[in-house]
Amino acid sequence: MPVIETPVTLRAPATQRAGGMTDTEVYSIRNDFPILGTEVNGRPLVYLDSGATSQNPVSVMEAEQEFYEQRNAAVHRGAHTLAVDATDAYEDARATVAGFIGARADEIVWTSNATEGINLVAYAMSNASLGRGGEAARRFALGPGDSIVVTEMEHHANLIPWQELAARTGAELRFVPIDDDGVLRLETAREVIDPRTRIVAFSHASNVLGTINPVSELVRLARAVGALTLLDACQSVPHLPVDVKALDVDFLVFSGHKMLGPTGIGALYGRAELLNSMPPFLTGGSMITTVTMERAEYLQAPNRFEAGTQRISQAVALGAAARYLGETGMQRVEDWELRLGERLVAGLGEIEGIRVLGPAAGLPRIGLAAFDVDGVHAHDVGQFLDARGIAVRVGHHCAQPLHRRLGLTATTRASTYLYNTTDEVDAFLDAVSGIRTFFGATR
Amino acid sequence: MSSDLEQLYQQIILDHARARHGSPLRDDDGGGEVRYGESHQLNPVCGDEITLRAGVAGGTVTSVSWDGAGCAISMASASVLTDLMQGLSRDEVMPLVDTFRDVLRSRGRVQADEEVLGDAAAFAGVSRFPARVKCAMLAWVALEESLLASNA
Repeated sequence: MPVIETPVTLRAPATQRAGGMTDTEVYSIRNDFPILGTEVNGRPLVYLDSGATSQNPVSVMEAEQEFYEQRNAAVHRGAHTLAVDATDAYEDARATVAGFIGARADEIVWTSNATEGINLVAYAMSNASLGRGGEAARRFALGPGDSIVVTEMEHHANLIPWQELAARTGAELRFVPIDDDGVLRLETAREVIDPRTRIVAFSHASNVLGTINPVSELVRLARAVGALTLLDACQSVPHLPVDVKALDVDFLVFSGHKMLGPTGIGALYGRAELLNSMPPFLTGGSMITTVTMERAEYLQAPNRFEAGTQRISQAVALGAAARYLGETGMQRVEDWELRLGERLVAGLGEIEGIRVLGPAAGLPRIGLAAFDVDGVHAHDVGQFLDARGIAVRVGHHCAQPLHRRLGLTATTRASTYLYNTTDEVDAFLDAVSGIRTFFGATR
Repeated sequence: MSSDLEQLYQQIILDHARARHGSPLRDDDGGGEVRYGESHQLNPVCGDEITLRAGVAGGTVTSVSWDGAGCAISMASASVLTDLMQGLSRDEVMPLVDTFRDVLRSRGRVQADEEVLGDAAAFAGVSRFPARVKCAMLAWVALEESLLASNA
């Protein structure tokens, strides 16, 4: 039985609402999301694809518009008033997002998304392996004989950058396998992670299985051998309280568009002393101190990793998204989605011919369920549901090795968020119960 | 039930998705006259996959067989294609593939002629679902490539 993390609750903001969430509150929350009031194929939209991308509340869209209408200018340069206002908005957003996950503002590097955050670390390690960054960066270097460790349940974003890093450096890529229920085999992790392991990169919550991984146990194994840790928090930061200091990871990445923010913005958290000794990935303007025709000196983090004009309005909007979630209260969001997830899994389990992936009913999972419908391909399942206004994800969910391990090529995934009601889950279950009959799979 | 959905999944399509004429792939040997071409097609978006082999003798398609995994649209399309193409000359096949492609890409604007396309006309409903056009085309692209390969 794996150790399940007890989520750490952030100090509640003064404005945070009290008590558990109810359908009544959720119906009121839905008023903040214009798109949730629309119709698709003549039916009210039932949006169950937030695991892929979430919807935006009005406050987030207004934050971005307000920035362009009143404060748009380049940041960290120029002495005019707008430039100062823009810089303030940009850095305020950084402080807000940092506070949202218990980090310091200078430990948050803006990226396009989690994928870029992971690539940033992988390429910094690659550059360190070539000697860039000098003595201070030696701890990031790796080569033949060293290893990189991931897990069998990773999203391609937390797999392929490491495959490439291994190929460039001659290091070996290893993985911690899962069992048939989608739980990491920790006894094997103890063998896979060894003294030559340089970094252990793994997901906090699986985007397919919904499993919440035992972070503290994996961090302990990595620490014991002097390896770095990187946590893919794409499916946790938006859905449950996350405190980077309590998790004690070295790096953590997440994407803004999965947490009520716009696309094109995400963040990399890194412990300050690590970021400040790591060589840069992208280079250019705004990340330097002194430049000659031959060489350049670099700024401290986070600016060292933010070359070129940044995604300013998106960062400001992501700050608004973090405020929206903080005011709702992440523990309350987690509890609500846990209820929706339990209802999903229990309901799917009652429908003949449905195989739900991941932890069995009753075991911890985030509010999503990926499933296989016997005799009906996931693409057809998605089409059938779409005709009823229900939006789900179909395919391999960017996790082909995981699907192969489970003997599947494609599945259907319903993923919930704070704006989904129990009625929507029931409407989804009702629709799913008619799928096999429609496609003649019950004959 | 939405009529669009029933337009897409006509009974003939659901039947072919189960019957799968031409599957599995045959490692047949049609004798010295028959030249074989094979093609593997993959739709990375959904993982639909097909391996199709066509035999050609004297400019005529003598056999089509395939292995595939995928949605009802892609599997039914491969099954219908198998029935439609056997016995046609290479010169007849290529225009037929183009006609089918034109209908699918038309977003409902080009009517499918049942006289020309036979059971494949049932796929006209797919044209209203741009995300599914690739599913319906998978086997047809595999046939095009197989015929080119058999000629090589």
